[in-house]
Amino acid sequence: MSEVVITIDGKECKAQEGEYVLGVARRNGIFIPALCYVTGCSPTLACRLCLVDIDGKRAYSCNARAKEGMQVVTASEEIEKERRAIMEIYDINHPLECGVCDQSGECELQNYTLHMGVDSQRHCIADTHRPTKNWGKIHYDASLCIVCERCVTVCKDMIGESALKTTPRGGAELDKAWKDKTEKDAYAMWNKLQKSIIGVASGAESLECTQCGECTAVCPVGALVGTDFQYTSNAWELKKIPAANPHSSDCSLLYYDVKHTGIQNSEPKIYRVSSEHNYAPLHAAARYGFDFQNEVEGKDEAAFAKAVELLKTKVDTIVFDSYMTNEEALILQKIKEKYGYKLVNQDAKAYQDFLKAYTHTSGQSLYSGDLDKVKASNFVVSFGGAIKTDSPNAGYAMNNALVMNKGAGLYFHPIFDPIVENYSKNLVSITHTIGSEETIAYLLLDLFGDKEAMPESLKTYLASFHTIEKRKVQESVKEEIKELVKDEESGEEKEVVKSVTKTIEKEIEVDTNALVAMIGAQSDLIETVQKLLDKKDRFSLIAGADLYTHPRAKNIAALLGLIERLTPFDVLLVPSRTNTLGIALTCELDDEKGDFALGYNVKGDFTLSALGKGDLAMPALNQQEGTLTSMNKRVVPTNAALLFKGYCLNDIANALGLEAQWTIDYTPHLPIEKGFKSEKFDDLPNHFENDGTEKRGYLLTTENVTCKDDVEPMANVTCNESDYVYAANPVHQFSAFTNRAHQLNEAGALYASRAFLEAKNLNDNDTVIVESKEGDRLVIAVKEDKTLGGMIPYLPSFDTKIDTTPFFKTGYRFADVTIKGVNHV
Amino acid sequence: MELKDFKRRDIGSAYIFLNTEATPTDGWQAFKRFVKRTIKGELFVGLWIVLREMIRFDIHTLQYPLEKIEMSPRYRAIHRLLRLFESGSERCIGCGLCEKICISNCIRMDTHVDEKSRKVVSEYSINFGRCIFCGYCAEVCPELAIVHGAEYENAGEQRAHFGLKEDMLTPLDTFKAKHQKEFQGFGALSANADENIKQTPLAY
Repeated sequence: MSEVVITIDGKECKAQEGEYVLGVARRNGIFIPALCYVTGCSPTLACRLCLVDIDGKRAYSCNARAKEGMQVVTASEEIEKERRAIMEIYDINHPLECGVCDQSGECELQNYTLHMGVDSQRHCIADTHRPTKNWGKIHYDASLCIVCERCVTVCKDMIGESALKTTPRGGAELDKAWKDKTEKDAYAMWNKLQKSIIGVASGAESLECTQCGECTAVCPVGALVGTDFQYTSNAWELKKIPAANPHSSDCSLLYYDVKHTGIQNSEPKIYRVSSEHNYAPLHAAARYGFDFQNEVEGKDEAAFAKAVELLKTKVDTIVFDSYMTNEEALILQKIKEKYGYKLVNQDAKAYQDFLKAYTHTSGQSLYSGDLDKVKASNFVVSFGGAIKTDSPNAGYAMNNALVMNKGAGLYFHPIFDPIVENYSKNLVSITHTIGSEETIAYLLLDLFGDKEAMPESLKTYLASFHTIEKRKVQESVKEEIKELVKDEESGEEKEVVKSVTKTIEKEIEVDTNALVAMIGAQSDLIETVQKLLDKKDRFSLIAGADLYTHPRAKNIAALLGLIERLTPFDVLLVPSRTNTLGIALTCELDDEKGDFALGYNVKGDFTLSALGKGDLAMPALNQQEGTLTSMNKRVVPTNAALLFKGYCLNDIANALGLEAQWTIDYTPHLPIEKGFKSEKFDDLPNHFENDGTEKRGYLLTTENVTCKDDVEPMANVTCNESDYVYAANPVHQFSAFTNRAHQLNEAGALYASRAFLEAKNLNDNDTVIVESKEGDRLVIAVKEDKTLGGMIPYLPSFDTKIDTTPFFKTGYRFADVTIKGVNHV
Repeated sequence: MELKDFKRRDIGSAYIFLNTEATPTDGWQAFKRFVKRTIKGELFVGLWIVLREMIRFDIHTLQYPLEKIEMSPRYRAIHRLLRLFESGSERCIGCGLCEKICISNCIRMDTHVDEKSRKVVSEYSINFGRCIFCGYCAEVCPELAIVHGAEYENAGEQRAHFGLKEDMLTPLDTFKAKHQKEFQGFGALSANADENIKQTPLAY
């Protein structure tokens, strides 16, 4: 794409050729009104407000593409008249309930009505009864809906579920007489508006989707709101506290909307989470899992003294998880340096080792991919992770790339996912055998690797999987035969062309790649991929958490390093927990626990916990300020939304002889050699610019290191015919923290697909016994997960009452078990 | 909330100190200040007015507290919450405009959605210790639900004095006895309100 210059309202603006004019204008600070357009999604042309004059012709700036020398005029008397008429029509029959509406104060219908100066109404039509719908966490008030279709668009183009669509409204027919009395575009908009309303795409009464709630975020009016938030607060009463998603490694920008708890309680309370929907989508846990704070009455001095005492005497190990800030990780590292504790964090350790092995062959200290690169690519491969539940935002980015860039993709996972399958027709789901991730890495190298640059040994190793057979194939070929025909009457000779179909026997070479059969994929996989690759030039690979704890993790990491170097793919290694990457970079981690462990949010001999059950209470992530390291390799700040009256890790560190007034005093001291920068917390920005530039914290610097090529050949991983369980959480749960939120709280179960329940002759909510080979037993209810396919159920980790760790001792997410139903008498 | 608000972790420095009159350091200075404050020429102007009125004997003084003045509807005293004449239910819809406009920040309300999926106000409070009786709340109220009453005796023993919904809302027995009157004062519709309305066309 080349750069062009277009003129908008006399201002020369640089643009990429083919970019939408609306985007160019917004980037250059020129205001064009638009109701229905969502940045990063396709234009719907529902509102027609973005009407502009391009080279003397009327056009819609949301779908007009920039061309060299274009002259754009954004406002003229005629255009303003049209826009005013459009807003006037949106106001027909719109309930005058701004007084109670949740959107009032941040309503785009209110704003534009005032902006266009609509002070009287000329139009009228009979109103239609439009009942409200309760769709679980989402509340839809159809009478407030202006059918801008943002929700439909974002669900299709960003989230990838297409759970909503426009359905017939069944309203009064628009009288043709209005056509002469109304402006052209306004009439066309009205005609469309009068016919449709938003409904569930499946036609069902309830909304069976993952309930991410992004539709409520994009809704410009009060039609789609969170059921829990409805009528609890006005927009202007809420103070927006910028923070980062504390539950998963996308660390997207979110705002905790905070107000006093009630008339008798002035303590702040989080009422909802809002987001910058144009630039950063949020998943269900981020949106609904906001009230996971740890509430304490005051400082527990006795417990604090005991913790310090134990740290000075008995403690030799600190066990912790990856839901903490970079600063806390640095505090742990500093007290390790001072007192020689072992730091144990299974998940971050696995990731650290994986990243190390990856760096070894890729020659870069960090991976090269990020979500923006995924969004910009047109061929995306997801590999080694259940993308929908592990990292929904990576899934959104993948879907966005497939839909918006006419892209194609591959999804490798042993569990079939109908939601991911639905992203696009050009996405091929490959349900491979358990444990064959190493083979897939080799297959990707074979399919996409630059054979010229590849080391000789690898080339011969890959070639050993190919068998070239000569096969006879019958082919029908049309042949044209010229014949001279003599006309008997005239005696003239004429040339006549005849077409004859012939069957020819042909010998062709068939290249069979044994790797395809080894992963258990369809035999035509190679041809399918070749077809998908047509006109594809930007490649992304999303590698997930299954790989880091895989028995062959080290070699898979090395292979991914080679993929990074030898293929056009930008590799993204999705950190498994919120700050896994930050901890992996900051702490020196140990494998084995010592004799006396201090647990931080993990059970230890003495436990510091933000989950409310430990020996000493700690603040949760919404009560702390600090930085998190996201999967985009960005160090993003997060602020404290709520007060915490107890002690924090910094107090303990100070008692142990470190000196810092606040936890955030450690921010400039994060290890520079690992890519962090020496920047003070208070200097870190946390917002998006008008053009979508992410001004949040800073990016980690990647350094080049010398790389090696040594990879091992594949090891056999046997996959039994027995039952397997997978360690995963349902789509709106990530950890015990999400389960503390009142909107998400539930009891954990064994989640299974419909097909699994039928095959095992089980019903929803039946009790089953899961038994591992080592004899660990778990009696648990089984729940149907409608967004799951395949025959492998999963065990969650969010419910602290269910201990699933014995099944996944090594951390590897697939466990070989037997599942039996329990018959109740 | 702006970034700079998060940077201020030490709340103590937020106080603003005024440049006030110097505090006397010894007894002589204190005496000088006392004389300066006490004896002024204006004192005799006031004394003369009192003396003149006393001699006239046609004073209009009300024998308070035995007699009380009838306040004009435009007088702004302790608030009242009214009920709808038709149904007797509360007029307040919980729009929160009074809470927003209140310049002394003394109004608070809690709202929720009820079983009929309407917005209801569960709690409503005014801190009369803070209220400056400016009348903005009554003026902004779209439902004429919060109005100023005529009860002007609002001295209290404490600095904070909270009026709750049940204190201000017309009691049901008063309402049933038809003692609730339409409010005529600050924020009420003008007599010619109908003339100022432009009607929206209707299709039926």
